Formats: sequence, C-alpha cells, structure tokens
Amino acid sequence: MKIEEFPMLQEDLIYLDNGATTFKPKCVIEKMNEYYETYSANAHRGDYDISFKVDKEYEDARETVRKFINAKDKESIIFTSGTTESLNMIATGFFRKFLEPNDEILITKSEHASNVLPWFRLQNDCGAIVKYIPLDQSHYVTMENLKKVVTPNTKVIALAGITNVIGDERPMKEITKFAHEHNIFVVMDGAQSVPHRKTDVQDLDIDFLAFSGHKMCGPTGIGVLYGKKELLEEMEPVNLGGGMNESFDSPEEMYYKELPTRLEAGTPNIVGAIGLGEAIRFLEKIGMDNIEAYERHLRKYALDKLVQIPHVDLLNIEADGGILAFNVDGIFSQDVAYYLNKYKICVRAGNHCAKILKSEVGVTNSLRVSFYFYNTENDIDALVELLENKEKILKEML
Amino acid sequence: MNEELRREIIMEHYMQPKNRHRPNEDTYQMVNTNNASCIDNLDIYVKIEDQKIKDICFEGEACAISTSSTSIMIQNLIGKTIEEAKEYIKNFENMLNEQPYDSKQLKEGIVYEEIYKQGNRKHCADLPYEGIKKILDSYSQK
Repeated sequence: MKIEEFPMLQEDLIYLDNGATTFKPKCVIEKMNEYYETYSANAHRGDYDISFKVDKEYEDARETVRKFINAKDKESIIFTSGTTESLNMIATGFFRKFLEPNDEILITKSEHASNVLPWFRLQNDCGAIVKYIPLDQSHYVTMENLKKVVTPNTKVIALAGITNVIGDERPMKEITKFAHEHNIFVVMDGAQSVPHRKTDVQDLDIDFLAFSGHKMCGPTGIGVLYGKKELLEEMEPVNLGGGMNESFDSPEEMYYKELPTRLEAGTPNIVGAIGLGEAIRFLEKIGMDNIEAYERHLRKYALDKLVQIPHVDLLNIEADGGILAFNVDGIFSQDVAYYLNKYKICVRAGNHCAKILKSEVGVTNSLRVSFYFYNTENDIDALVELLENKEKILKEML
Repeated sequence: MNEELRREIIMEHYMQPKNRHRPNEDTYQMVNTNNASCIDNLDIYVKIEDQKIKDICFEGEACAISTSSTSIMIQNLIGKTIEEAKEYIKNFENMLNEQPYDSKQLKEGIVYEEIYKQGNRKHCADLPYEGIKKILDSYSQK
C-alpha cells in the first residue's frame, strides 16, 4: 500500500477516526467515476449494452462480497445502505415474524445504537424482552457470563464482532456453537470487525451479519446484509416496490422475486456496490491478516506510550481492535478534540453512539482514537506529543 | 478585548463556574439544553418572581465554551426582568451571528466576540441561551 493511493492522505492531516469512516483509495473513486462517465444506466434492464454492463458489474460486486466473507450462496448477499439498515431489516423483517411475548433477545451494554434500538423496538412492538450479557472487568463477553443469562426463552444473541468504543473482540465462533445447540439465532454487527480482519461466515456459522462499505475504504451509503439462505428466504421484505416483484394484480395477488432481488426493492445503490467491490479487491491485495497484524502493532505502540502519561485515563487497556478510548484528566473530551484539531489531528469525542455503555464504564464521554492500515507510528508520535503536556492543552484548547 | 484576557476569563468561568449545583427548593423551572452536533448536555434551573429573574443555577456535562458561557450568562441575567433578559440575549446572539450589537451591555459576555470564527463552537456558546429562552418565552406567553 502506498500513501499516494489515497487522495485524502495527501492532505495535511492525521486522521485517527477510522471507526467513524475511512478514506477512499483512488481505485475506488475511479471505479465509481467510470460508472458515472461510461455506463451510467439502471440495473436489471439489460436491454442495451451499457445496462447489461451495469448488471454485470453489480453482480460481480456481489460475488466479490460473497468470496470476501466466504458465504456459501451468492443469494445470501443483500446490498443495503449500511450496517444500520441491515440490522433493522434483520430485526424487523425476520425476527418480528418469529418472536413471541417473553422471548428473550441478548445484547450487551457496549453495543452501538444500531444494535440496540431495533431490538428495543421489537420489545415495544411484540413483547420480546431485551436482556444484557454482563461484561467482565475488561468489558469483555465471556462464555461463562453468556451461559449465565441464557434461558429457554432466549431466541436471539445480537453482538458486535468488535465493539466501537472498547474494541473488544467477541468469541463469535464459540458463541454460535453454543447458541445453535440451544436453538438460538446469532446476529453479528460487523461494522467494526469486517473492515479489520478476516471474516468467514461459514466458519463462524453465523446466522446474520451486517456491515458497512464506508468503514472499509468503500463509499458511503452502501452496506451488506448477509444471512443464511434458508433464513433470508423467510425474511419479510421491509421495502416493496420496483425490481423486487414478479407480478401483481391486487392486494391478494402480489408475487415477489427470488433472493437476493426480493430484498432489494427500488433502484439499488449501483455505484456504491461497484465501489465496495473495488474496495474489497483493494483490501484483499493488502491482505486481511496483514491489516489485522499491523493494526494490533499500532495499537500496542500507542498504548505503550499513552499509559506512560499520568493524566491520560484509558478506558480500554485490553482490546483487540485498533481502538483506544481515553480521557485527559479534568478536561472535557470535546475540548481535547478541539485542541488536537488545531494541530490537524482528527479524533472523535463523545459517547460514540454507545449511550448505555456509561453504566458499564462509569464514564459518559471519552476521546476515541481508531486506526486503519494507512496510519503510521508517526501519527501516534504526533498525538502522544500533544497529549503529554497538559498545561499546553489547557492553554490552547479554546 | 485581547485574546489572552478572553482566554483567562473563559478558563476562570470553566474551572469555577457560577452556581453549578441543583436548586434546593422546587420553585425553579428546569430546561434541558443539548447540542445535536456535539455532546454538551446541561440542565438549567431558573427562579422567576414578579417577572424578575431571582436566581439561575445549572448542572450537567459540557465543554469549556458551553460551561463558561453558562456561568457568564448566570452572572449577567440574575436580577434582570424577563424583558431585560431577552434584550440581553438578543444582543448576545447578534454578536454570535455577526450582527450589530452593544458590547457594553454584554459585559463579560463579549469574551465570545470572535467565536463565530469557529463555526462548531458558536453553538456551544449559545447553548445556555437556547435553553433559557424557552423558559422566558413561556413566561411572556402567560
């Protein structure tokens, strides 16, 4: 990977907010421009050459995604607008049909809002009950704690593969094995894990997976819903309309197409899907294992330096993702973020959409630094140098 | 006002804000004010008697700008009638929005005279005012 491949890395910036979104390499931008400039037609038409090319590129992107997560069936890959839409489709399109009053949904307090609110709504709508798997001292999910809260009523376990504030990785394979022995479905929010390590849905035996393109060098507005084919067959389309119907005459006679089209009503985000396909090819060239190893190295490098600073309070000394959450003692996180911004360092301040996490970690707001493979030790050195001097922060934060 | 003095005043109000506590009687009206674009979140309590602001206090989490702005607002609005307070707020917001304003009337409030240059922090300075206006408006309508 060369820095020159990313236009944004030519800017005078140190970007450490990759948990929010990531920069796009030129090849992704060019691949999308190519669609707009040379074959800008709709999908599912195929009556003329450029439209035929759209279908080919769009379906090629689907195949690229399938291989990337090692899904068995191409029909298991549904393009959505992102993780949020995918998780909402899983909750509303699939589980609303199956869950009965007092059925239990297990999540944790460190989930992102997108993996909390759709389940809360199910609780309000159909009387299912959202329960929390207790986290251990390092805010991890352990099998022991999971087993403690599973009951005969547990029907779903919905967890982030890696969480977005703590950055802990969940033992998804073990969880899935245990869950399936007890007839429980497993939903994985892959927003923070799929971009950063190899994901093999068959090996994990996961039932549903959701992830976003823009967090992995792809464009915004595109994401993926993966589901086992037999489960997606049962999923009620949330959206009805063009493209997904086979025929219709009256409310009694509506016939839908097969997967995956049935779950992709309307003109899809064609250019987004094509861009995501290209982003995946880019990541695969680097190698997902290399990305994971390098980010682990960067995290350790940063951690070793940050723990030396007495006024930096780390929330997640132990973590697997390239995420560090911390506060500068006595200074509101947002003020520190503004200070770093003066030196063109981009970090996130706030609750990071994990609003029920505060009761777990005892901290409402924090700074979050999140790495991607294009970050360097120099980026970390610059950050550490600015954080070391508390007087300077207080002096310059306004 | 020079930058160093502005900074000093803001830091003083941030580190030791005026009336940062919850009221100990129930004659106060409360309004929560938060910023959609950031994480500031304040509860502001106002005690009004005979169309006059008797007391204001606050609690919550907010950045240096929001916290200091709340403290300075409290210092300047206690003792004013509702109409005088509204006049002050209008003047203050004119300053934030680069409209003509009377700097004398604002007293320490003018420490934010250049905050408009930092687009996202302008809202932080205005946050307590957005909150208290809701309470004052509800009085005017009575």
